[in-house]
Amino acid sequence: MDSLVAQYTRPAFSEAGQSQEEQQGLSQASPELSLKFALPPVAQSASWLRAMTDDYSNPNCPIKIAHGTTTLAFRFKGGIIVATDSRATAGNWIASQTVKKVIEINNCLLGTMAGGAADCQYWLAFLGMQCRLHELRHKRRISVAAASKILANLVYSYKGMGLSMGTMCAGVTPQEGPALYYIDSDGTRLAGNLFCVGSGQTFAYGVLDAQYQYDLSDEDALELGRRSILAATHRDAYSGGFINLYHVKEDGWVKHGFNDTNPMFWKTKLEKGEFSNVTADLV
Amino acid sequence: MASVFTGAPPQGGPGYSFKQTPTVALSGERQHSFYPYTDNGGSTLGISGADFTILAGDTRSTHGYNINTRYAPKLFKIGGEGPENKGSRIVLSVVGFAADGDALKERLDTIVKMYKYQHGKSITVAACAQRLSHILYNKRFFPYYVHAILGGIDEDGKGALYSYDPVGSYEREQCRAAGAAASLIMPFLDNQVNLKNQYEPGSGTGHDLQAKLAQPLPRKDVEDLVRDAFTSAVERHIEVGDGLQMMIITKDGIEETFTPLKKD
Repeated sequence: MDSLVAQYTRPAFSEAGQSQEEQQGLSQASPELSLKFALPPVAQSASWLRAMTDDYSNPNCPIKIAHGTTTLAFRFKGGIIVATDSRATAGNWIASQTVKKVIEINNCLLGTMAGGAADCQYWLAFLGMQCRLHELRHKRRISVAAASKILANLVYSYKGMGLSMGTMCAGVTPQEGPALYYIDSDGTRLAGNLFCVGSGQTFAYGVLDAQYQYDLSDEDALELGRRSILAATHRDAYSGGFINLYHVKEDGWVKHGFNDTNPMFWKTKLEKGEFSNVTADLV
Repeated sequence: MASVFTGAPPQGGPGYSFKQTPTVALSGERQHSFYPYTDNGGSTLGISGADFTILAGDTRSTHGYNINTRYAPKLFKIGGEGPENKGSRIVLSVVGFAADGDALKERLDTIVKMYKYQHGKSITVAACAQRLSHILYNKRFFPYYVHAILGGIDEDGKGALYSYDPVGSYEREQCRAAGAAASLIMPFLDNQVNLKNQYEPGSGTGHDLQAKLAQPLPRKDVEDLVRDAFTSAVERHIEVGDGLQMMIITKDGIEETFTPLKKD
């Protein structure tokens, strides 16, 4: 009976209110992941944005955007190691100590986050969407080269608008093997074996370059990644918090923990005798 | 006339209106600054527990050293029915520029309501959180001057809390303070909620000390922490005071409470 009633009745006010299109228009006012951005009503929107948000050129800027910091990734015989710290700063304020700077694009592609936290989060999510669409269209996974190029072309199209990101794409595909690319908001895209990005990059490079070999075992490679970030958190005030470690292998990435740097630092010092410039005596 | 992009708002009175702003590049060196923002002060705070989330904010609204009103809520129920937002399980708190905050609330509320009409079910907090991030990022080049915190109950029935920067980077956390007194409240929360720099009694001295592990706090304790955080902030920050609005989100709904704070 109910189904009969349902079949022969329709809403009394089907014409009232908003039409289907109007509803669509309302809910789609700002599409979820879109390339349409609001702009301020001034001639030089890029310099206006800089005045409002760039705390490097203007420490009194009103809007402090969270920034990311030390990240590294390197290729070795067992795949790729990706390691990051977890501190986000807004000016001198530590906005967070628990940021996830490794962004899981899909189960075999990782991105890292340095520079503007929102820029990296948004565009790597966008990249994840493009990678999935590529997969559906072509019935095979996207290569790391192609994925990184989508991102590089994208940020290049926004060049001069004030995006700030230094990111690495790491992944393993059957056609390329382990592949690592560096992309930044200037539009640079480089393939390489070893990159460190962020304000603590120099400190991480110091340790990584000294110890790096292509033939490292998995355990040694993980330890080297961890130790390089630890060195950076020790000397760079904008880095710190936790160490986020990932290992990218042929059959996808494996997470190796999100560990506090403080106990790790004391363990490294007391058990291995490193960081001997720091005193361990409790006065 | 304010100099080129000092980033400082014009002294006294509201900013320049949009109509006065040049829309073509000026010749010569004279440029008017475009400052569409005001800081309305105040502070917000959120803590999530095992089966609830608490969001709180003071109700003072300031402009410079002036207090414009003693009751301007910073907490908004999202996606409920009718003017009272009945049945809502998500709360948005915004601090910074109140007009931007209001615009953001309206946007998110519309989207969450449309989601319900179109899909026939309420949006999850995780989805709502991501959507809010995208709304904020859509104004990446003309940002909302706000620090948003979103609270709700996740699909496992646990308290969920998400915090945002002005352009939409976001993270799920146990606790977060935002706004004028964030630097006063956040260290207190780190210590009392995440038990930072607290050690197990009797675990030794120096390097033997064992750090205490954070556990979700009971609701009563959290409410007390929130009140303590705000009464303390009022003592030391001029932009915080007048009243404390609290919303406690559980699976059964949202309870709203109001506690007076010092009005000087």
